[in-house]
Amino acid sequence: MIATSMKRLVDVDSGIISREIFVNEEIYRQEQERIFTRAWLFVGHESQIAKPGDYFSSYMGEDPVVLSRDRQGQIHVFLNSCRHRGMKVCRYDEGNTPVFTCPYHGWSYGLDGSLVGVPRFKEGYYGELDKSQWGLVEVAQLCNYKGTIWATWDPKAPPFLEYLGDFRVFLDGTLDAFDGEDGGSEVLGGVHKWVIPTNWKFVAENFNGDHYHHPTHISVEAVGIGPGRTGEARHSDVQRHRRHMTSFPEKGHGWRGGPPQSLDEEIYPFPRFELPEAEAYFQAAYDRRKKIGAPSPPTWMFGGGGNVFPNASFHIAFPRSICVSHPRGPLHTEMWRWYLVDKNFPDAVKDHFRHYSMRYGGPAGMTEQDDMENWCYATAASKGPIARRYDYNYQLGLGHGGVHPRLQGAWVSDGEFSERNALSMYGHWAEMMDRAD
Amino acid sequence: MAAAIDTGADLERLLLVRDIEEFFYAEADLLDERRFVEWLDLFTDDVQYLMPMRRNVKFGEWERETTKSPEEVSWFDDNKTTLTQRVNQLLTGVHWAEEPRSRVCHVVSGVRIKEVTTQNGEVTAVDTGSRFVVYRNRLEMETDLFVGRREDTLRRVGGQWKIARRVILLEQNVLLAKNLTVFF
Ligand code: FES
Ligand SMILES: [Fe+2]
Repeated sequence: MIATSMKRLVDVDSGIISREIFVNEEIYRQEQERIFTRAWLFVGHESQIAKPGDYFSSYMGEDPVVLSRDRQGQIHVFLNSCRHRGMKVCRYDEGNTPVFTCPYHGWSYGLDGSLVGVPRFKEGYYGELDKSQWGLVEVAQLCNYKGTIWATWDPKAPPFLEYLGDFRVFLDGTLDAFDGEDGGSEVLGGVHKWVIPTNWKFVAENFNGDHYHHPTHISVEAVGIGPGRTGEARHSDVQRHRRHMTSFPEKGHGWRGGPPQSLDEEIYPFPRFELPEAEAYFQAAYDRRKKIGAPSPPTWMFGGGGNVFPNASFHIAFPRSICVSHPRGPLHTEMWRWYLVDKNFPDAVKDHFRHYSMRYGGPAGMTEQDDMENWCYATAASKGPIARRYDYNYQLGLGHGGVHPRLQGAWVSDGEFSERNALSMYGHWAEMMDRAD
Repeated sequence: MAAAIDTGADLERLLLVRDIEEFFYAEADLLDERRFVEWLDLFTDDVQYLMPMRRNVKFGEWERETTKSPEEVSWFDDNKTTLTQRVNQLLTGVHWAEEPRSRVCHVVSGVRIKEVTTQNGEVTAVDTGSRFVVYRNRLEMETDLFVGRREDTLRRVGGQWKIARRVILLEQNVLLAKNLTVFF
């Protein structure tokens, strides 16, 4: 482990962060040990493993895992590595199976992870192998939160809801249906997966609280990709001036969008859709929210996003998605992107969302292509010996904001432009990196 | 004894294949020369431009190997409007992912005709198969190689071939490029 305290590289008070944390090989290795084995990580969605026997191959940091549903309907997350000699027991992206049989020497495991079959058990192991000790390695804790599956390897990590704290309202805004129905969303089939030459924190930081990067997106705004109609910008002006940054310094989570507030009568929170089915659906959803008095999502409807520390980023609406930036060395990241829709969307509305998701996000997304160009060449230009000597500046809006009036442990900016969210994220990151136990 | 050869029909077929090949090669020129507006003109107004994702699946479960339209998310599932938006974005000059512009080379080969539709003896549409290698070199050393198959349905419109449906099967699972700012 590195002798230096990470707090020397991350100066939250003056808004200065060393480039080393984005490019240094040793720091990266310490992150693997101290962040990714301890934090709660997003693994997949319940709707991907709807039936007993269903499985979905995923990752927690660099470790391959399998998300499965056993015969009793119980959900598990295992390390995808045979206990005998480490072979990946599942090399399919998804499917349904009674057992995982290792292709190397043939050990087989049930969907609950138990070792159920060992070739030559009698004549090779003389019946002496204690199979109960050699099941697949299971995560220490797992949480199904409104259909999203989260897990951690750390038995001492706080329970997921405590880990989230009041940041939960932002995740609720993403996982509830647009009419406020609790957990009324599901994921579309097909997960975007691609590799980019950047440090994973560039992605997390961008979702967590960067609203300063409008110049990145001038070309997509010039084109006008929707979501309501062609020629229209991605977000409304009404929403723009109400944006704020909210972050949780003790937890590392951040939200860019706005503070939670009650449903504002004067401001209709959705885009106006050209597609009649979508317009009708969202108008009805709005009316229903008002009627049942559903807690209003944080000024959201035209967009906004956040990051659950360390690397589960999300967009709350238009598009609605979860984006995990899996670390792949200090200079590479494997991006995985799921798109969420209301379970109750009529087909036409679902299709509209699917199309908008693809033209907005992922490697072919007209928005994110330009983000990635910036993250990748920022990484490339930060790794030289001279570049590393010069810190990054995070002083945007520094000192302009205060304690959030309603959310426990949260800080909120005075206006839209602030880099305090990133400082909250890196402050927490440094804390966790320095903690040895 | 050799089967009788219908020289007339064979010749017609050969000319048709050559015609389609020429069409694809000319298309490749438009793309590599970044004449995107002219390229857009090669598509019918109701075109579907689809690039599914590819899954690793168990033997025999091939129907799940490729993401489905319209049920699932793909890399591209565009219509003429979205293709036009992409072209417009490239022509802003501030689309940073392609500014400065990349060097791109399209190699199309293995062109064959799978099905011919005729009306009153005239060919009105053809289903074709082909292979592609798309090479991209960007800025200094960034290089991507996209290899795969294409299935195109071409329709005869006003004496010209137009692409009515294009399915692009890229032979990759995790996309190995950082973005898809090139057309296929
Ligand atoms: S590595 Fe799996 S059985 Fe040997
Ligand atoms: Fe962005």
